Amino acid sequence: MNAAVATPQKNQNRIQAVLKHASGDKRFKILEVHMKKHQFRQDALIEVLHKAQELFGFLEDDLLLFISVKLKLPPSRVYGVATFYHFFQLKPQGEHTCVVCMGTACYVKGADKVIAAVQAHAKIKPGETTPDNKVSLLTARCIGACGIAPAVVYDGTVTPRVTPEAAVEQIKKWM
Amino acid sequence: MLHNDLLQIKEKELAGRKPFTLRCCMAAGCMSSDSKGVKQQLEQAVAEAGLQDQVEVRGVGCMKLCCQGPLVQADPTGVLYEKVSPQDAAPIIAALNGAQNNLAKSDPNAPFFAKQHSIVLANSGIIDPERIESYIAADGYLALHEVLNEMTPKDVVEAMVKSGLRGRGGAGFPTGLKWGTVAKSAGAKKYVICNADEGDPGAFMDRSVLESDPHAVLEGMAIAAYAVGADQGFMYVRAEYPLAISRLQIAIKQAKQMGLLGAGIFESPFNFNVDIRIGAGAFVCGEETALMASVEGKRGTPRPRPPFPAESGLFGCPTLLNNVETFANVAPIYRKGAEWFAGIGTEKSKGTKVFALAGKIKNTGLIEVPMGTPMRTIVEDMGGGAPDGGKIKAVQTGGPSGGCIPSQHLDTPVDYESLGKLGSIMGSGGMIVMDETTGMVDVARFFMEFCMEESCGKCIPCRAGTVQMHNILDKILQRKATARDLAKLEELCDMVKNTSLCGLGQTAPNPTLSTLRFFRNEYEELLQPDKFGPRGTDAATAQPTAATQ
Repeated sequence: MNAAVATPQKNQNRIQAVLKHASGDKRFKILEVHMKKHQFRQDALIEVLHKAQELFGFLEDDLLLFISVKLKLPPSRVYGVATFYHFFQLKPQGEHTCVVCMGTACYVKGADKVIAAVQAHAKIKPGETTPDNKVSLLTARCIGACGIAPAVVYDGTVTPRVTPEAAVEQIKKWM
Repeated sequence: MLHNDLLQIKEKELAGRKPFTLRCCMAAGCMSSDSKGVKQQLEQAVAEAGLQDQVEVRGVGCMKLCCQGPLVQADPTGVLYEKVSPQDAAPIIAALNGAQNNLAKSDPNAPFFAKQHSIVLANSGIIDPERIESYIAADGYLALHEVLNEMTPKDVVEAMVKSGLRGRGGAGFPTGLKWGTVAKSAGAKKYVICNADEGDPGAFMDRSVLESDPHAVLEGMAIAAYAVGADQGFMYVRAEYPLAISRLQIAIKQAKQMGLLGAGIFESPFNFNVDIRIGAGAFVCGEETALMASVEGKRGTPRPRPPFPAESGLFGCPTLLNNVETFANVAPIYRKGAEWFAGIGTEKSKGTKVFALAGKIKNTGLIEVPMGTPMRTIVEDMGGGAPDGGKIKAVQTGGPSGGCIPSQHLDTPVDYESLGKLGSIMGSGGMIVMDETTGMVDVARFFMEFCMEESCGKCIPCRAGTVQMHNILDKILQRKATARDLAKLEELCDMVKNTSLCGLGQTAPNPTLSTLRFFRNEYEELLQPDKFGPRGTDAATAQPTAATQ
């Protein structure tokens, strides 16, 4: 019985802590303005998460809790949506990102070899970040650049016809 | 905005044209090879030569031959420069006055271009996608004006039925029938959604259409909204397509400013607004019910149908959902007439289809051909066959939901029925060519891994079945499987296909089934002898012992 009573209280405390923490960070203000633009509509949740990730780089628990309070949604719903979609990152990313497209066209043209080369050099698997937080290796489903396969996105710039050697060269520059 | 205003904008735009135009491809493929730098250099070179009154440098959408980008085409000579670098700007300008240069050129009359029949891509590579005036000069929004002023919603639906257009998202449902159903559904509020969640890996037609001609899609949506009685539209675009999203935002803003979207379009009582919803990387959101859940801000999981979206869709209201390419076909149909459209293609598949040609093929890029064109024409004549003298082994259509068509069936005409008979599907238009170096079991595993990771987890056949099928395919590739495993795989394929909730699960076994059908020998070569006797029939002679286990 005690536990059942204590849990909401604990949640309340955490929410208070999050809101207090948020008041000191300008990015939360920008996010709230964005939510206001959507009239705090609950169906704008994905739009809000996109904005949050743009501002913070990734979605940490406190940020998700903040969004759930502001949109009056249960935290389970916000967490459920954030974890469902591949685009949302729940872990911090490295300084640089290397996204290897793994669409069919890139795959038959050797994207798997590009990944293997980067993996062997940086000693990280797709989805991981190097221990020094320099480079994150990610894979994409298909970036629609099939005409220039295999394609790799370095820090947001699409690069055409990437060879394993060229990818390792680029990673070396960052590490 | 009235009819006259449209004509005035068109006249003004055409009168402002200069004697020479350099069209520079600004679609995502060429942009990644620095076409932005090329355009800047061209503009600078024009200014340096003092030719601002003579030459227009226009950023345009996809010019189709993506593998040779960045592409620049000169008008009126029609010379098409390929792999242009910023340093080439000066010689290109000089060539306008007849000077010779040694820059690499593509032949605009080569089969790759000559055999295309452009309806959806008619403006692609011609108009500036970021200027609405450029679209209006190409007769844009005239169809919307005609529909709003001269046709009742019922006429609009009837014309669509007559055109014979079928959904270009993959399943090929007759568009007119869909419009008619939504139009008949009772409800004060209705929605129109454009599915631009092009999740099929290896397909980029929708991205190119949105980047090259966003207004054509908006006009198509507005006509559809008028036909079904909707006043709100949503454009569901993948987050992986930032350029398409920004061009759409620009297009919507410009159309609103001109009164071509919003309240009282063409001073009629018809209102229509379009909002963009950005996807977040979930393949299953291409399924209509999952897509609508995502637009509502929820997890993108499908739900059983009926009720179909036409009766109860977004927020429980009747909803019309069509693909980008379907909407891009709409305005030309009303501009040129349903009979004209019905005259193109085959008996059951009308019009054209855009394909994204990629993989082990010489010419990769976008092609638009009439329905019924033999696949051989597409991959051998237009695509130029496999590069480096290789031999084409198979053509994959329909992505993770489709199948592999072996080279002996290359004479198959491309239409919904013929591809279905071969165990593949038309799909949204991805066409990946594979040569002798591609292992078909590996391809089957690649697609199964895709479906396994993209399965939303709602229904068990898909959630658990894709994992098991992937395990068996993996086992086969590791040369650890027996004939018994292969039989199990086929059994699972059948089960998942028939019992899954949505299209993702129902079609997930297709790549495996079609490679099993045409390339069974590749599977069998990898199998190991069964120590328990083939398929367990010979169990008496090979009793399992501790040693064999």
